[in-house]
Amino acid sequence: MAETITKAQTKTAGPLEGTSAHHGMVAPGEAPFAQEQLREAFGADEQNRREVAVQAKDFSVWYATNEAVKKVTLDFKERFVTAIIGPSGCGKSTLLRAINRMNDLIPGCHVTGELLVDSRNIYSPGIDVVALRRAVGMVFQQPNVFPKTIFDNVAYGPRLQGGLSRAALSDLVETSLRRAALWDEVKDRLRGSALSLSGGQQQRLCIARALAVGPEVVLMDEPASALDPQSTARIEALIDELRKEYTIIIVTHNMQQAARISDFTAFLYEGRLIEYGATKQVFTNPVQRQTEDYITGRFG
Amino acid sequence: MRLSTRKILDQTFTGIGGLATALLIISLLIVLGPIIVRGMGAIVFRETIERRVLFLEHFGRGNSETVEAERQRALRARQPIYDAIKEFEAGIIVKPLEEAAKQSYREFKEELREKGVYGSEGSEKLIETAKSVRDDFIAAVRLEDNEEARQLTQALIESPHRELLAGTAMDGVFRMAGDYLKTIETVDLSRRSAYTASLLELKDLIRQLLGPFPDDPRPILVRDQYGETRWDRARLVAHELLYKETYAEADSSGMRQGIEVPRVEQFRGTPVEPIFGMVESNLGEMMLPRLTFYWRFITDDSIDAHFFGGIWPSVLGTLYLALFAMLFAIPLGVAAAVYLAEYARGTPLIRIIRSCIDTLAAVPSIVFGLFGLAFFINVIGVSDSKSVLAGGLTLALLILPIIIRASEEAIHAVPSAYREASLALGASKGKCVLSVVLPAALPGILTGVIISLGRAAGETAPIIFTAAVSVGLPLRAWETLSKPSPVLPWTIYNLATEHQLVDQIRHVQYGMVLTLVVIVLLLNATAILLRARIAGRLRS
Repeated sequence: MAETITKAQTKTAGPLEGTSAHHGMVAPGEAPFAQEQLREAFGADEQNRREVAVQAKDFSVWYATNEAVKKVTLDFKERFVTAIIGPSGCGKSTLLRAINRMNDLIPGCHVTGELLVDSRNIYSPGIDVVALRRAVGMVFQQPNVFPKTIFDNVAYGPRLQGGLSRAALSDLVETSLRRAALWDEVKDRLRGSALSLSGGQQQRLCIARALAVGPEVVLMDEPASALDPQSTARIEALIDELRKEYTIIIVTHNMQQAARISDFTAFLYEGRLIEYGATKQVFTNPVQRQTEDYITGRFG
Repeated sequence: MRLSTRKILDQTFTGIGGLATALLIISLLIVLGPIIVRGMGAIVFRETIERRVLFLEHFGRGNSETVEAERQRALRARQPIYDAIKEFEAGIIVKPLEEAAKQSYREFKEELREKGVYGSEGSEKLIETAKSVRDDFIAAVRLEDNEEARQLTQALIESPHRELLAGTAMDGVFRMAGDYLKTIETVDLSRRSAYTASLLELKDLIRQLLGPFPDDPRPILVRDQYGETRWDRARLVAHELLYKETYAEADSSGMRQGIEVPRVEQFRGTPVEPIFGMVESNLGEMMLPRLTFYWRFITDDSIDAHFFGGIWPSVLGTLYLALFAMLFAIPLGVAAAVYLAEYARGTPLIRIIRSCIDTLAAVPSIVFGLFGLAFFINVIGVSDSKSVLAGGLTLALLILPIIIRASEEAIHAVPSAYREASLALGASKGKCVLSVVLPAALPGILTGVIISLGRAAGETAPIIFTAAVSVGLPLRAWETLSKPSPVLPWTIYNLATEHQLVDQIRHVQYGMVLTLVVIVLLLNATAILLRARIAGRLRS
């Protein structure tokens, strides 16, 4: 089963398939946080994972004439969980949705600067948006399962690409559900409607659905905000599991959640990146005054 | 606001709502009740022996021995009527007697020719004599005075010519003269011209009630070959036979009152007089009514322009038309709706297109009918003349705006979360629409489709010029491309307005109306069920 999903991943990576060319692109010192901090946070054995999955360079997002994200420069590390925090309307969701170009759906939305995924600017003209979205999956705030069966929900993405045998497909569905820690709860009713699941289960189903496509990066837009504490805990545990294999970028309003689950934290305020660093450092010893105010609840 | 006031207001609103619903149901019953009751009259009714004979002869239904036995039984009951009419007629309508006399004379001359004596001296005298006998007889039957007629006939019978011509065809004339002598005893010849019209009227009514007389030549139209096939109609005709409706003199109000006069008054003291008593008391025995359940009304072909039989050609035509309309309108309408809802931006051109669609929905249907004739038949020439295909295309145009609007609304109502989820999983726009948006919008689209299907099935104006004819056989599938068909809404209209004898076949019209209403209701019920099933499947 694990082989299947690896195969699927390789296949889906498509035109954005990772090259190691970007390894040398981030010059030392350009990163907004020091190597020592990293070493302090994760120890020497984490060194090998310290590659950049998504990189924003002077990246701005405009809604018509309104600049929602202002010249953000930021590296999202591969196979880490990065949390984006900030008050409502600060542009964190906009930034997140820009990474798999979901903002394209909004009329009048355009960008300036560069946003690199696998070292390729995803806003350059030749980019295949469909392939990008396979490589960069997304989980939304509301669990938006399709009104189909549980199996069909998970199989939706793989079926779009086609080429999988029936057996391979059901293997893939099982693997994805297992990774999303949902398999044991639904294995007896895969042919039942996804809408019959509870909210927390639906959200994990959405995660399984996103994983089935074989992404490298998973974007999560406040994935637990519509859930009860118990379901939230399960989602958080799941994210903790997934960080081993996926680069996760999560937008959250819940500061404790950001502190609990993320390795790095970016604080956005009014569209600008105020502070970005290892979560421990941001929450215990923020550099910027605004960050401290926000974290301690003085505004936002 | 005080609590009590609020309560009163609440209850008032509930009451108004309940009242409105009740009114709706009552008005529905008022509309549908008569349609159902009278429409069922085409299917459940008391049939007469005439109908059993008709169905045996036209559809081969029923046991021929039983039907024949019943027919003989009915004939026995009717025989006194036929006899009385014949007896009376002999004195009133003498044309046949004259013809018969002339025929006998011709046969007599033929006999002479065969014997080879024609032209000889003796034969000439014989012919002279026969001719005078013939002329005397004709003169006798033409007399309108009983005494004179009796004397002349008596003289003819007793004349020496009888001896002379014995054994020839002229015997027939003397026999007729003998019969006529009896007729003179019973019929007042002076009233002959007055009787003639009444008798013809009476005979027509008897034909309508019982079918043609035993010695009538077989009528050409099927409707004239049988008497009343329904007991209710038979009773009506019997009433008409018993009572003649005339109009009283205008009274002061200027309105003339219709009054019924017993027809027997016209025939007092004639051999026909007992007929009326027979019809009044013995009609059941003459018609042998029996309750029947004619469910094949829907699936039988019509006989003689809806006079007898069922309405299958019209039902089939309606189904064909609705099917054709759907075939063209659904793909086109849904595709247009997808474009408008998913792809089109709010440019001025799109706004114009949208208002065009709305305008199209408000165009009177007769305009569509004329357009269909002008465009599909005259310009494009999909068929040489009216055809189901041309009608289907016209109806498709008519319902296209409804389908587009309903589908567009349904697509708009699909949560954008579905689209986002689909796109985020790497679906292309087209895939997203096909695999997520359309399935989720299906119940709404289906509602639009079914509503317009009911509309297409019930529309009359668009098919008048493009598809409908009044009478026809059921079409085969391929014939729909080039041939017109009877269609329920049109045949209903046609029966109501243009049919020659609409009063005699009201039950067929009501049956058609009920069938059409049931077809439309069934379509709607199917839609509701289908919609519920799909929606249920989406939900759980």
